[in-house]
Amino acid sequence: MQMPPLDPAILSRRSEIVAALRAIVPGEGVIDDLDGMRPYECDALSAYRQMPLVVVLPETVDQVSAILRYCQDNKVKVVPRGAGTSLSGGSMPVGDAILLGLGKFNRVLEIDYANRCARVQPGVTNLGITKAVEHEGFYYAPDPSSQIACSIGGNVAENSGGVHCLKYGLTTNNLLGIEMVLMTGEVVRLGGKHLDAGGYDLLGLMTGSEGLLGVVTEVTVRLLRKPATARAVLLGFPTEAGAADCVAAVIASGIIPGGMEMMDKDAVKCAEAYVGAGYPLDAEGLLIVELDGPSIEVDYLVDRVAEIARGRGATTVRVSNDEQERVLFWAGRKAAFPAVGQISPDYMCLDGSVPRGKLVEVLGEMRRMSKQHGLRVVNVFHAGDGNLHPLILFDANNPDELRRCEEFGADILRLCVRVGGVLTGEHGVGIEKRDLMGEQFTEIDLDQQMRVKCAFDPDHLLNPGKVFPKLRRCAELGRLVVTQNKIPFPDIPRF
Amino acid sequence: MASTIKPRDSKELRQAVEWALNEGTTLDVRGSGAKLTLGKPMVCDQVLDLSGLSGVVDYAPEELVVTLRAGTPLKDVEALLAQRNQMLAFEPPDLGPLLGRSAGEGTLVGAVMGNLAGPRRLSAGAARDHLLGFSGVNGRGESFKSGGKVMKNVTGYDLSKVIAGSWGTLAVLDEVSVKVLPAPDQTRTLLLLGLADEAAVQAMCAAMGSPHEVSGAAHLPGKTALRIEGVAPSVEARLKGLRELLADSGARLEELGTLESRTFWREVRDVAPLKAAANDVVWKVSCPPTEGPAIVARVRAECRAAEAFYDWSGGMIWLALPASADADHILVRSAIGSSGGHATLIRAPEAVRAVVPVFQPQSPALAALSARVKESFDPKGLFNPGRMG
Repeated sequence: MQMPPLDPAILSRRSEIVAALRAIVPGEGVIDDLDGMRPYECDALSAYRQMPLVVVLPETVDQVSAILRYCQDNKVKVVPRGAGTSLSGGSMPVGDAILLGLGKFNRVLEIDYANRCARVQPGVTNLGITKAVEHEGFYYAPDPSSQIACSIGGNVAENSGGVHCLKYGLTTNNLLGIEMVLMTGEVVRLGGKHLDAGGYDLLGLMTGSEGLLGVVTEVTVRLLRKPATARAVLLGFPTEAGAADCVAAVIASGIIPGGMEMMDKDAVKCAEAYVGAGYPLDAEGLLIVELDGPSIEVDYLVDRVAEIARGRGATTVRVSNDEQERVLFWAGRKAAFPAVGQISPDYMCLDGSVPRGKLVEVLGEMRRMSKQHGLRVVNVFHAGDGNLHPLILFDANNPDELRRCEEFGADILRLCVRVGGVLTGEHGVGIEKRDLMGEQFTEIDLDQQMRVKCAFDPDHLLNPGKVFPKLRRCAELGRLVVTQNKIPFPDIPRF
Repeated sequence: MASTIKPRDSKELRQAVEWALNEGTTLDVRGSGAKLTLGKPMVCDQVLDLSGLSGVVDYAPEELVVTLRAGTPLKDVEALLAQRNQMLAFEPPDLGPLLGRSAGEGTLVGAVMGNLAGPRRLSAGAARDHLLGFSGVNGRGESFKSGGKVMKNVTGYDLSKVIAGSWGTLAVLDEVSVKVLPAPDQTRTLLLLGLADEAAVQAMCAAMGSPHEVSGAAHLPGKTALRIEGVAPSVEARLKGLRELLADSGARLEELGTLESRTFWREVRDVAPLKAAANDVVWKVSCPPTEGPAIVARVRAECRAAEAFYDWSGGMIWLALPASADADHILVRSAIGSSGGHATLIRAPEAVRAVVPVFQPQSPALAALSARVKESFDPKGLFNPGRMG
């Protein structure tokens, strides 16, 4: 993985740029010493790191606007950052770019229960929104596993998901509005407390744009009433195919569970050793199915799911009888990543999405590749929506293992695309999957996306080096040579 | 009258656009043409008719995805899904009768292009939330795709969102993949009779904020309706819960069974409760739910003949006003005021649509950004020129 070469002209102007930023953000809001910048040198994809040119932490929208306008006028690159929890390197700093941290935008501005929405600043954490409204029985639905730390602004940039997406959607389905600043410094509001856009749905386009189009300075999210009850069913199967069949059968029967997670045998073993959730160690495939809603409905659906599972050969069927047991069922799943951390110095978490019908094929193929690359792989994933999270075990101190791990990861993602899936279900492209974009998209597909980028950021200054494998200048992308009257009318029915 | 080109496959579709680009020919892009009178009037050199690209490409009920060609009639898709007890959860409305045409003419892609949604918008989202991916041709005559056929996908920009609601002005679609969901076993409705607008919206917001999972909340004159869907025991329990919640609302409570409910909500979806005269203009207003009654009151203060009903818990207002040269657009848009929201002129004579902003006017920065987005897809302005103003 290579980042673009640093621009020596920008590096040589560093002190001038720092001074300009200090004129916009006074006091400690500009950090230019190495020790102070150290905490920002990477995000949660910590195998890759780079010191930023300078860190700036504005407190007002006017400051954000002035910073971006300065950067546009002086052609200085900018990497926006929320809490820095990206798993794909989306907020990884770049040596010749300003790191623009939104951490000081941390206030809940308004809670409107009647209209079921909250207006917050982008640095508020995902869980912070729920914490602010749960005393009234409400919550914010998307729940990425980093929800205690990740910021809502980062969630907008990455279109973050979580365990409950199949029923409740990703970030994009739970947003009502944003305020954003363009590279020109212009402040634009998209959406609000109402639904849908009066013109093009730029809110939808911004969501998941990985910080390449604009800087979000305010977010309006939809609040949901907390479901009255939730119960979990633990299902163990003698084969992975049995577990995967059960997932398809539950959905085909018309049930959309709040969450439907699958773990393979190695993941079950790790998790069980780590937290003792009572998982069946003989199962080749384990499912955790959570049903939520009115209690009478949940009771009814729990029985139906158990019945479907038995029909598909489940050897373990356990239903949580109280909240404590439900939490215990989840404890192993939620601790799966740290549990894997116990048996390996490092692991890389992948994020491909595949059609559910291809799960078994993909798992088998992954195992074959595991032997080929000489690295172990453990599987924990959102089975309900086909979003895989293979964990490749490796030792980052061994350069050969890191290289093999990257190759293995790339092979898995190519496999996902080959069976009709995609490179990333919820973690984003960032730098991690940037060079694989050509596996899923043609050059024309990517050029069209880059032209959209040009509509927002014509000089490619925002979050450089991310998402696109090969940058093309906007002037070149915009060129259109039309040789008039040279193409004869094709042989198409015409009347 | 412009002549029509009707491609039969993806290759012909691309060739048609390529040809138009080279000729400098603007295209009136249409599926069935059911919503031709929605938007600014256009003058195009050529009609590009997509009805030759029709049919379901792939439907896997357990994957919750259907992939189809752009010209596929909506009613065919709905019938196919119904066979497997599934549905388009965003309930695309059939605006045909409202627009003076027959029912059942539209295509699914037409609904996507308008980002339309029925009463379930509140709980299930609009067309934008269900378009998983597409392939099509941009204004440079290039075939491209975005998104995919899986539920969860954040690979690259989510161009599906900006295509949904673009009224055919960004790209010509070829194939779309759309998320589908299980259809509910039962549909019941709690009716609250006799509530004024304010009290009705208050009751609807209380119901939406309750744990009873209401999937439709509409207020017609004197009649407020809350829809409950799902499996039988759950529906019973939630209806009981809603009755208790709303016992003090001052309304008389009644219930509709499954069949009556389906008819009732289909009528709300298709704007049938609006008894507007044939030459009345019709507006759709999206606003924060609690602001709905004040907006209607401001319109009525100036125009006593205004007729209105509310969907989306008060957050969508269907408004009919007597015919006028300017469709009272200043009145309607100033009534929305600072509360945020937008108004779209859904029905008006061509001469009126030619002089009135059909879509909500935008701030200069947003308008300029939208124009640049349009240019990034269609640099020569070939597709539906001027339809969105």
